[in-house]
Amino acid sequence: MYSYLVRRLIALVPTLLFASMIVFSVVRLVPGDIIDLMLSESDFGADTVETRAELEKALGLDKPIYVQYFEWIGGILFRFDFGNSLWQNTPVIDDIAERMPYTIELGVLSLLIALLVAIPIGIYSAVRQETIGDYAGRTVSILGLAVPSFWIGTMVVILPAIWWGWSPPTEVVPFFEDPVANLQVFIIPSLILGFSLSAVTMRMTRTMMLEVLRQDYVRTAWAKGLTERVVVLRHALKNALIPVVTLIGLLVPFLFGGAVIIEQIFTIPGMGQLLLDSVSTRDYPLITGITLIIGFLIIVLNLVIDLCYAYLDPKVRYG
Amino acid sequence: MADTTVAQAGVIKTRRPRGFLLDLLVRLVREKPLGAFGGVIFLALLITGVFADFIAIDKVNEIHPIDRFTPPGSEYWLGTDQLGRDIYSRMVYGARLSLIVAFSATTLSIVISVVLGLTTGFFGGRFDMLVQRFVDAWMSFPDLVILIVAVSVLGPGMWQVIFVLGLLLGIAGSRIIRGAVISVRENVYVQATESIGTPAWRVLLKHILPNVMAPIIVLFTTRLAAVILAESGLSFLGLGIPPPAPSWGGMLSIDGRSYMFQAPWLAVIPGIAITVVVYGINIFGDALRDLLDPRMRGGGMSYKGGGVKRRSAK
Repeated sequence: MYSYLVRRLIALVPTLLFASMIVFSVVRLVPGDIIDLMLSESDFGADTVETRAELEKALGLDKPIYVQYFEWIGGILFRFDFGNSLWQNTPVIDDIAERMPYTIELGVLSLLIALLVAIPIGIYSAVRQETIGDYAGRTVSILGLAVPSFWIGTMVVILPAIWWGWSPPTEVVPFFEDPVANLQVFIIPSLILGFSLSAVTMRMTRTMMLEVLRQDYVRTAWAKGLTERVVVLRHALKNALIPVVTLIGLLVPFLFGGAVIIEQIFTIPGMGQLLLDSVSTRDYPLITGITLIIGFLIIVLNLVIDLCYAYLDPKVRYG
Repeated sequence: MADTTVAQAGVIKTRRPRGFLLDLLVRLVREKPLGAFGGVIFLALLITGVFADFIAIDKVNEIHPIDRFTPPGSEYWLGTDQLGRDIYSRMVYGARLSLIVAFSATTLSIVISVVLGLTTGFFGGRFDMLVQRFVDAWMSFPDLVILIVAVSVLGPGMWQVIFVLGLLLGIAGSRIIRGAVISVRENVYVQATESIGTPAWRVLLKHILPNVMAPIIVLFTTRLAAVILAESGLSFLGLGIPPPAPSWGGMLSIDGRSYMFQAPWLAVIPGIAITVVVYGINIFGDALRDLLDPRMRGGGMSYKGGGVKRRSAK
């Protein structure tokens, strides 16, 4: 376990390095000049030599590219300084810290809903393979992959408003101030995001259950005369759920991506909104800051999940 | 007359790989009726897109100012929008737009996946290690976030969306091709070819590539659906293909959400279209996967990779 941990941590270094380079280069690899783009598309001021120099300085573009990179990454690593927003001139990290809790809450609730819905249906679908219940579960899960969450979200806003004059509450309050009011706002967006995630989870649970149910030790369990409940829940489920743990890691990027759309529809002031706002105002320090933090969070979360996985499944550690 | 030429063309086309395509079709219909149903949806989308000029009633942006916000009915089958544009015709042209984006971006992504997957899977070693860490880093950003940031830099537009989607899915998909290459590489015939001194590029093109065609075809199909979904999501956020192009996602968001109480059908119809098309292509792709590539069945196995096996074999 210890050597596995070390190996994974070493592999983490180049990944983080590449991730930071990707984010860094996106803004710099613009065809043409980013300053031109900013001046032509937004009102950063008249196109004069001074505004150009000012913008270049704000973006740090007046230095050679490798100096820019090391200054940028150094600031992040040693001072936790992601630069200042071009518009409000507030530290980027403060803006992100303010929005982050909403996105995390949306993500955690959606994931919980997805797992609560998907795992029981997945188990049922596998145990009762090729029955009507199985077909129904699989159809719903394939639909979950196909229905765009932005469409369901829009429908949930429109249809009740037309039919009953009711629309989902959008007044967002922090969870710890008023949990009930907070959950009222978050429950519908989480259900929608959770539904689209549950499709993948359900398919995975079903496949893994089917595989495990055919193994010798499960047959032995049956032969011992154990009840179905015990065989399925005590013997099979434990092994089937291990790969599902990894799946959670794969789902986290979807959570962040989906959050962008869901936050937009339900006007939740999370990271997704902040990203869209910063894109529409071309606030590049903010854009790079948000992207990098999301990327790093996902990388670290995946590491944690892989470690859990290795802990649960010894085959991985020694493989 | 026209019918016979089409029939002849079909005969000529299927003559050489006879059996394979025909056999696949028969198996699809017999063993996977649901997949065949998905194939029909996919075919319908193809026909709609290709023959959009004949199927649509109006031109894309033709307006009927008097008939603004007409609900679906006999005159305008799917109603009209705030400018009095016929939604049915716009949906038909939207199918063409979706197809252009889907096929271009998917082709680009498959080329990238195949080149990356073949070289990393075949040569392995340090080169592979480095590329894999890059792919790790790349995949740690949510697709939508990369898309949004890239479009913010490149500006919205169809070609930008195609380029970014192709790159995005191409890099992610290289893992799947790489896995397939690694397992094919282990076959004795590959070692035999290598032992008689066949150059690497020839081994790659003549012996490995033909044997990873199945995952490539499956990847291609499933990617089409992913691209359609991603493009509509991006256009929904106003960052994809700008109006007045009839992008389904854009129609749902810009027209649909602005006038959602006056004309709810503006938001309902594009959503149904996206769902049906993505659903159809997905079940078609699933069926193809089961028929062509039993190894990929139950996608959960792929993360175990082939790297471990290979190391122990050496």
